[in-house]
Amino acid sequence: MRAALDAISAWAVPLLLAGVPLLAVARRVKVFPAFVEGAKGGFETAVRVIPPLVAVFVALGMLRASGAMDAAAAALAPVTDRLGIPASVLPLVLVRPLSGGAALGVVGDVLRAEGPQSYAGRLASVMAGSTETTFYVLAVYLGAVGVTRYRQALSAALLADLAGFAAAVVVVTWVFGR
Amino acid sequence: MAEVTAAALESAGRAVTFAVALAGVLALWLGLMKVAEEAGLVRLLARAFRPVLRRLFPSVPVDHPALGAIVMNVAANALGLGNAATPFGLEAMRRLEELNPHRGTASDAQAMLVAINTASVQIVPASVIALRAAAGSAAPAEILGPTLLASLCGVTAAALSARLLAPLFPPPARPADAPSADAPGGPA
Repeated sequence: MRAALDAISAWAVPLLLAGVPLLAVARRVKVFPAFVEGAKGGFETAVRVIPPLVAVFVALGMLRASGAMDAAAAALAPVTDRLGIPASVLPLVLVRPLSGGAALGVVGDVLRAEGPQSYAGRLASVMAGSTETTFYVLAVYLGAVGVTRYRQALSAALLADLAGFAAAVVVVTWVFGR
Repeated sequence: MAEVTAAALESAGRAVTFAVALAGVLALWLGLMKVAEEAGLVRLLARAFRPVLRRLFPSVPVDHPALGAIVMNVAANALGLGNAATPFGLEAMRRLEELNPHRGTASDAQAMLVAINTASVQIVPASVIALRAAAGSAAPAEILGPTLLASLCGVTAAALSARLLAPLFPPPARPADAPSADAPGGPA
């Protein structure tokens, strides 16, 4: 099962990059002009994404450098511990919506400190794999089309994170025990 | 406070570096998508997923090109082709913006797409498995099933709340870019 999934991951990109143009040629599409036409849009989009990206990156950078994240973790730990989230995993909950790289850093710390087969190690692994970098997605996707009023998108995104974290606690406890 | 200042300025620079790196990936995948579109492949894909798409994005016409981009976005996410998912997602957002009567305000369809993307639909969390293997795990992939289950909960919560919360966040009373936009006063 896993070998098959790994194979899909490894082959998907090369197959797409070679297969789509070949199919297009078979259907008499002028591949190169079409590619260039589409690729042009990439640069415009990248430029439009810069202002919201700067905002998110700077906010995150300041949050981490100021130690506000550690203070929040210390304040929340007694409550979240009762909900099944050990103090070592709590920083992951706080950082996961903001930065994928930082989240993997926390997972690495937990795995090294408590072992991959511990409750904390498994929980951190499942939490990191089952949620996304919410604020990056919000800023880039909505920023790219110049949307500044998010409406339900923000609440839905945060609820999805909460549901993902809660589900991780329940599923890991259920499958592996605590 | 000196570190906070340094972090703020450094992060601003990093955002631009990141966007420049993104530009190349965006160009590659959007170029490929245009080729796939002219070959009729994107429409084929959208047609295959029409029943699901109609539920999640009822405001988008069935043959609209946004739907093809949405399918490719979700597929790239699911297969873990992380850097292909963003270009397809942004293309989908741009196409949905063509249907959006309220410039600057997210439409229901845009909110739904963003919500789904903030939840994870990745089938194989490759980077987590690699980390576990590096930490000497005897069973680095044992979290695969639980992760998938937790992901499904997250995606379901995302889609449900994007749909159910929509009435709580009504769009502006009239399109912001309507001819009367320079008239004074807020919504009636």
